[in-house]
Order: sequence, then C-alpha cells, then structure tokens
Amino acid sequence: MWRAVALLVQRKPLGAVSAAVVCALVAVALLAPVLAPRDPYMFNLDDRGLPIRMQAPSATFLLGTDPLGRDVLSRIVYGARVSLIVGFASVLIGTLLGTALGLVSGYWEGSLDQVIQRGVDTAMAIPGIVLALAVMSVLGQSLTNIILVIGLVIAPGASRVVRGTVLAIKQQTFIDAAHASGASASRIVFRHVLPNVFAPILVIATVWLGNAIVIEAALSFLGLGTPPPTPTWGGMLSGEGRRNLETAPYLAIFPGLAISSVVLAFNMLGDALRDLLDPRLRTR
Amino acid sequence: MRTYIARRVVQGLLVLWLVSFAVFSLVRILPGDAVLMQLDAAAAPTPEQLARARQELGLDRPFLEQYRTWMSGVAHGDLGRSLITRRPVTQELAKRISLTSHLAVMSMIVALLIALPIGVLAAVRQDTPADYVGRLGAILGLSLPDFWLATVVITFLAIWFHWIPPIGFAPIWQDPARNLSQLLIPAVIIGARLAAVSMRMTRSSLLEVLRQDYVVTARAKGARERTVIVRHALKNAFIPVVTIIGQQFSVLLGGTVIVEFIFLQPGVGSLLLDAVLLRDYTIIQGAVLFFAVVIVAMNLLVDLSYSWLDPRIRYR
Repeated sequence: MWRAVALLVQRKPLGAVSAAVVCALVAVALLAPVLAPRDPYMFNLDDRGLPIRMQAPSATFLLGTDPLGRDVLSRIVYGARVSLIVGFASVLIGTLLGTALGLVSGYWEGSLDQVIQRGVDTAMAIPGIVLALAVMSVLGQSLTNIILVIGLVIAPGASRVVRGTVLAIKQQTFIDAAHASGASASRIVFRHVLPNVFAPILVIATVWLGNAIVIEAALSFLGLGTPPPTPTWGGMLSGEGRRNLETAPYLAIFPGLAISSVVLAFNMLGDALRDLLDPRLRTR
Repeated sequence: MRTYIARRVVQGLLVLWLVSFAVFSLVRILPGDAVLMQLDAAAAPTPEQLARARQELGLDRPFLEQYRTWMSGVAHGDLGRSLITRRPVTQELAKRISLTSHLAVMSMIVALLIALPIGVLAAVRQDTPADYVGRLGAILGLSLPDFWLATVVITFLAIWFHWIPPIGFAPIWQDPARNLSQLLIPAVIIGARLAAVSMRMTRSSLLEVLRQDYVVTARAKGARERTVIVRHALKNAFIPVVTIIGQQFSVLLGGTVIVEFIFLQPGVGSLLLDAVLLRDYTIIQGAVLFFAVVIVAMNLLVDLSYSWLDPRIRYR
C-alpha cells in the first residue's frame, strides 16, 4: 500500500495531488457535521427575525446565503456527501455488472457472447435520459434510484472494455498453460483472467466517478435529481443558482466550481493510474 | 467484405428490433398514460370518459396487438401519430432533427478543429510545456459540466453585453447569420467537451504509433519528421480517434438536451424529454428508434472506416 503511494508521488506528482484532493473530499463528506459552519437546512434569521436572503459572501457567511437564507458553504460541504455516495455507489454497481457481463461474454464467446453483446448494443442505443426518466417515474425520485440509473448507464460500456481485455488475455501463453495443467474454467477466469482485467477496470472506474457526479448534477438540473431539501451540488446550481444568476451569480458559481474541481481531481487521478498501470504509455 | 457488411446489417436490424420492443414495453411500465396526463385532474373525469379517451387512442387494445400495429407502420415508414398533438411522429421528428443535426455537426467541427492540432502537437512534443498546456486544457474541458458553462456564459452575455441568442431556429442555408448567432455558442460549449476527449485519444494513440518499428524505419530512411508524422503515423493513429468520434456523435444527438434547454432551442432531445413527461408513447418510441438507427449506422461506418485507415484490417 505505502509502496504504491510512494510510486504515485514519485512518478506522477499531479496524480498524487489529485489523490490528496479526493482523500480531502472524502474527509469533508465524512466530517460534514464538524466542518460545516452552520446547519445546511436552517433558515438564518436577522435581528428582526427575517431570513437573511441572498447575502453576498462575507465574513459571517463565507460563500453567502441562498434565497431561503441558508448558508451556501454548509450546503456545499453537505452536498459533497451526496456527490460522493452517488459517485462511488453507482460506479461500484456499474463496474461489477459490467465486469461480470464482460468476463462471461469474452471468456465463453459463442452464442452466449452474441446474446449478451446484442443486449449491450440495445442498452447502448437507448438514450440515458429515457432510462433515467423511466426508472425515476416507475420507482420514484430518490438517491437510491439515481445510483441505480447511473450504474445502469455505466455497465454496458464497462462490459465492452472488460470483454475486449479478456479476449486479448485469452491469447496469452499463461492461459494455455493453465488449460494444459487441467485448471477448471472458473479457476482460470477468477485466478488468471480477472486479476489482469483489474487495471483497465480501475482506470474506467476513476474516470466514471467524475462522470457519475456530473450526471447526478445534470439529472438535478432537469428536475430529476435528489429531491429537495437535501443539499446537492447539481440541485443548488440548477435551482436557486440558475434562477438568481443575474442578481447573485455566486449561488451558481460555487457549486459549479465544487463539481468541476472534484471531477478534475478524479480525471487527473484516472490519467495518472492509467499511465502507471499501462506500461506502453510510460514516458521514455 | 460484402458478407461482413451483410452480417453487420442483419445484426443491426436485430438490435433495432430489440430496441423497439424494449422501448415499447418500457414506456408502458411508466405510471400514468397520455390520457391521464392530458385530462385535467381537477375536472375529475369519470371512468367512462377515461375509457373512451383510451379507446380513441387505441390504448385499450392488448399489448402485443398494439406493438404489431406500430411495427407494421414502422416497416412502411409510418411512426404513428403523437398521442398529444395528433400530428404524424415523422413530421414532429423532422422539425427537430434539423436543429439537432445542425448543432451536432457544428459541435463536432468545433471539437475536431481544437482536438486534432492540439492532440498531434502534444504527442510530437511529449513532456514539453506545449504538451502540458494541451493536456491541462483537455482535462479542464472534461471537468467543466457543459450545463454549468452554458448557464454562466449565457448569463454573462446578457448582463455584460445585453445580448441573448435569438429564439426560433433557422437552417444555415436559409439564414446563415441567424443560424450562427443561435448555434455558435452552444456548439462551442458542447464542442469544447468533445474536443477534450478526442484530443486525449489523438495524443495517446499517436504516441503509441510513433514508437512502432515502421516509424523508426521511416526515420532511419531519412524521411523528414513532418512526412513521418503526416504520411506514416497519423493515419494509423486515427483508428481509436475515429471510434471515439463515432461514439461521441451518437451521444451528441441525444445528449444536447440540457444545452437545448438552456438556449431554448427545441431539438430531438427536448422533444423526447417533453414526450416522456407527457407519456406521449408514439413520440418516445419514434425518437428512441431514430437515435438507435443513428447509433447502429454510425458504429457500422466507424468499423468500415478501419480497413480504409489501415489496409492490414480485412473483414471476412
């Protein structure tokens, strides 16, 4: 573990910085109740008992207040929880499903592969927005269903990458050797193929973490995201942020910056991991 | 080659049939239908009124019978009529496809104009400041959500320059000035994100090709660096780039919905979004089938382009 960290710092300093940003974000999400200066749901009142609406950033409210008088900084800190939960959970579902399909499809090939691949083609030909609207309408709008939808959007693409890698690995001599030594199919798949598929999966997962956060924000933007009053970055941006852009641009700018910087960190981490794990891309 | 194309076309038709069945079933699982969405809930329609309205739209017939009727229409180029406006679906789609395809093509042109030169430069000058700036730009392009960028750009244009894009779409051959003033900004915003993906692919693919033996041979034979890159490396490096471009173009046709929404430009994406909200089954089915046809055709074209780009690739 420490050797891997040292390798990352030494070979890919930018990747190490982005890994640190990701760790910091996880810490912010976990410690939100301690770190947030105020209750994200509380309407802050002035001396006359009226909500402090849309106050520009100041020493009291570092990132200002929204139209209901809630503290924007606290809402962004709590919003990190939703973004990270959606990111990690949907990527876990998507890559697990994708890996299972890709392994079966690539290893056994034949008619089973054909059936799975046509299913994947079909899933990839249905726009994600239709899938999202359908799932949300049938199962209701909730955080769990958003995770499910994004997981379903990730799975077909992930299965293609895994299948491609499996097809390439199957041609290697060590797989022939395993066959010759009488290993069972499941032993070959789990002991020999799966560990070799891990690197590309890790790289896609990192990049998809960023994409999943953007999709969650986009769904909120279309009114299909996590229902209010839960603070989410996409919801803050599309709701109060977009409605008050001319008078209080900070309401859209700060959540937008939060999304962009997290996605940036995940993308840079993904790049660094790919360079480290794929020897062909190493700088000479 | 012909056998390969024939096989792919058959596979494509199979996928289209699967998509048609999947979407036909999917929309019918959604709670509520076009009748409920249209009738005023406050007017409290009686069960008889609801049944009559459903009968008029043919929604009371058995599932498979409805599917058969729709598919036989599709086979004759008739996608049915909208359950809400009662206009033919093909007519509704045609109006929107013009805008969406304009936006998609313009975004793609913007993306390629940015991605290809920067991608090649970053690969040729690997690990120099030019490479770092190019990569940083690409990763920033990937990280800024387009709906956020669109919202910020449109607001600042309105506040600082008192300019808002005109509403109402005009095709480029009818009114180029109006068309560009409507679509250029959304195309640049969408294109910037696409450019990031294509640029990264161009760079990494060219880097890989530049390390191959035949490139070393070309250099050893004394070919100029420019010839080595343009004549020998670039064409082979384009295979993964073309794959990405093909995939992106398909995503583009469906994925512009948010930008369409922000710039008040009615394309296929927003037609689909409205149709899902109103449970206009026939429009949803027609629009999804349209996307599926484009995606299947695009995948086939991309695969066929491989053998043109790299003559070593032969299809059997």
